Amino acid sequence: MRWMWIDKVIAFEPEKRLVAVKNVSLAEEHLHQHFAAEGRLPAAPVMPNSLILEGMAQTAGILVGSVHGFREKVVLAKVASATFERDVTPGETIRYDATIERMDDMGASTVGIVERWSFVDNAWAPVGRIELMFSHLDQNRAGTEFPEENFVFGENFRTLLEGAGLKKFVS
Amino acid sequence: MAKSREDIEADVRDVLVDALGVDEDDVVPTATLKGDLGAESIDYLDIVFRLEKKFSTPEKPFKIAQGELFPENLMTDPTLVENGKVTAKGLALLKEKVPHVALGGFESDPDITKLPTLFTVKSLCDFVERKLKN
Repeated sequence: MRWMWIDKVIAFEPEKRLVAVKNVSLAEEHLHQHFAAEGRLPAAPVMPNSLILEGMAQTAGILVGSVHGFREKVVLAKVASATFERDVTPGETIRYDATIERMDDMGASTVGIVERWSFVDNAWAPVGRIELMFSHLDQNRAGTEFPEENFVFGENFRTLLEGAGLKKFVS
Repeated sequence: MAKSREDIEADVRDVLVDALGVDEDDVVPTATLKGDLGAESIDYLDIVFRLEKKFSTPEKPFKIAQGELFPENLMTDPTLVENGKVTAKGLALLKEKVPHVALGGFESDPDITKLPTLFTVKSLCDFVERKLKN
């Protein structure tokens, strides 16, 4: 599945909270470049923070979309804040814990905590905190026409939701 | 205890610094949200959410209805805007619904594209002050 940065939804409280995980693997080719060995420096594969942010946007986006049965086109409109305090490396699992802070017809704001599970330490450790704003595209058209079909929550998301037992929330 | 005007101004400044990533020193009463502080469309929703959070107390929630602070619906209603100009009906509605916005010269040249430039830091403080009193 292309551009899916979460592997599974593991907890869901309708209209409140959604938790998803992603297993980071050295088979992901982008890690070979981030960072490749250079001169005397060895390779240092690290999950890019920009992709961690995308994972949180997908987690929080599913949560926001679920409130209206995935009928609204929910798009990421703003990264209100994103702070990272620790790297994530292959062999670790990322946990995205997203909560809706406020929501109305126009959009929603979410707060997300990112943690990693280390099989060396056998413990969750904080990675970062990400605050996002989502817009309901059809409520904010400003004269722009978008396709009727919901291109935000496509087939990939449906597969993911089925695997997590969330299909019943898709209307 | 009721918040003083200084407290309100300080809290509004915090909200704008967080929502727009601007320098505290740039948040002066006359600064416009769009022109001076660089607010874009989603920022207005962000500001509304942050003001609600900042001024809500367990006893008294501070809830801003859609269009109460920023008159979004004016953009689409054809009886309120004609050929890019806000109609007399639209101006009357603005005065009634958003009294915190000083219309000034806008009444003689009510170009809809200039509407966002009317929102200043002072407008937000006036809005909050009036709403907290009610």
